[in-house]
Amino acid sequence: MRSIRSLFPIVAAAVLLNGCMLFAKPPQDLDYSRTRASEGGFYRATIRPDGDSIPQGKLQRWTLHLETAAGVAVDSATIAVDGGMPQHGHGLPTKPRVTRDLGKGDHLVEGMKFNMGGWWVVKFSVAAAAGRDSVVFNVKL
Amino acid sequence: MRAIARTLRRLRRSPFFAVVISVAASTAATTLVAAAAEAHPAGRWTKEERAMLRSLSLASLGPLPADPSNRYADDSAAARLGRALFFDARLSGNGKVACATCHVPASDFQDGLPLGRGVGTAARRTMPIAGTAYSAWQFWDGRADSQWSQALGPLESPVEHGATRAQLAAVLGAAYRAEYESVFGKGTLTRATTGKDGVDRVYANIGKAIAAYERRIGFAPARFDRYVAEELAGGVHSPQGTLSRDEEAGLRIFIGKGSCTNCHNGALLTDQHFHNTGIAAAPGLAVDSGRATGVRRALASEFRCDGPFSDARPDDCAELSFTVTEGPELVRAYKTPSLRNVADRAPYMHAGQLATLGDVVAHYSAAPAAPFGQSELKPLRLSADERRQLEAFLRTLSGPLAAPPGWLEAPAARR
Repeated sequence: MRSIRSLFPIVAAAVLLNGCMLFAKPPQDLDYSRTRASEGGFYRATIRPDGDSIPQGKLQRWTLHLETAAGVAVDSATIAVDGGMPQHGHGLPTKPRVTRDLGKGDHLVEGMKFNMGGWWVVKFSVAAAAGRDSVVFNVKL
Repeated sequence: MRAIARTLRRLRRSPFFAVVISVAASTAATTLVAAAAEAHPAGRWTKEERAMLRSLSLASLGPLPADPSNRYADDSAAARLGRALFFDARLSGNGKVACATCHVPASDFQDGLPLGRGVGTAARRTMPIAGTAYSAWQFWDGRADSQWSQALGPLESPVEHGATRAQLAAVLGAAYRAEYESVFGKGTLTRATTGKDGVDRVYANIGKAIAAYERRIGFAPARFDRYVAEELAGGVHSPQGTLSRDEEAGLRIFIGKGSCTNCHNGALLTDQHFHNTGIAAAPGLAVDSGRATGVRRALASEFRCDGPFSDARPDDCAELSFTVTEGPELVRAYKTPSLRNVADRAPYMHAGQLATLGDVVAHYSAAPAAPFGQSELKPLRLSADERRQLEAFLRTLSGPLAAPPGWLEAPAARR
């Protein structure tokens, strides 16, 4: 076990040395669920892209459904959107934002776009009555 | 024996040992991947690879996107006028420079020069035109957000056409009055030339007519597209749809080890976005920050999507509304060009810094640091054979342009 642990930095160095080829594979155990709990446990959020699959290279509108951990819809909230490709070290190609509160805990997110295939993360930072918290989604294209 | 164990223990603690082991692990990993590639001989593609091939094929290109900022975009009379204007050298300060001077139709609408040459010398490489209707951003730095807005930039650039708006309106009045007014309205040209705003309106309409012409210029299938169609249909290849072993190996590098599809994706082989790829600054040119400056110019342009000369509603301008306006990723980032016909248009990059396709592949393999800003590339360390194979594949992306009959030539002289 000890020797496996000591190998970790060596494997990591090998991955870095090989560049794009090896880091193109995302971690195996990523959770791609479209409903996630926020990191501090205050909220539960669901993303609903326009269609079943998320297109590459096209501007999209998403609906973000937000509720408290107790299941109460959150309408009044300040929500910031961020994201990027952790393995590439770059952010989103656009600056999406929540443009409208649609009621019943739904919020319209406009300006979503993904210009490459692979593993993306999208993070919603929420400030509402229940507190400040953020929820992160993994997205695979 | 104990001495050997002691030496090994000492080595394990030294940084040198970590480097040696990491290089060995790196080499072993490379070997494993190479072995995996051998397990898939050329011509046999996994399900994921087939999906990738399909996505890169011209057959996957969707319909021409609407341009709500140009209500004349699909007007055939506007396109005919635009075609005439595209080839007309009277639209320049010295009467010798037309759009077609640099955007030469027979050369994929570019000029083969490191820097465009109009009435003077531009600071950037002339970009091809085919397929640009699919792009939200035009120019290397995306300083225009439509084809019509792009077409206006060179007309009054002092080093390209060197014309003025008043001069252009006068040329339209003298040579194209009937054609112009049949598209933009009876009497509009006469009224336009009586005030500054009117001249600006004529200027914007010149761009809209030229864009109506340009959006009809696209790509016809290349050998690569026929290969993909035949591969997906069962793998029986015609002579026109065959790739050599080297070309197939290059394609495998393109979609795999090379990570080329990170940016060169979709049927036009571009993500239509901006990247710093560590291209050296061109000697003798002013400091060029790429997209960092381009986005500010796009937002300030009077011919932007939500500007006074646009036909779009604010809701139609989402690319502009949600664009990234600042940040280190914009510095010295340039637009990913389509790779269609790439082998036919040396030299490469935004100021023609790389002379040959081989130089381009070598650049991506080595991934040098950017002169400023941060390059997104990681070294690929391709072998000489791999570089040759990748280049061979890129040559399979060459094919003819698609346009209405005769539209790749100047219209017959009328006067």
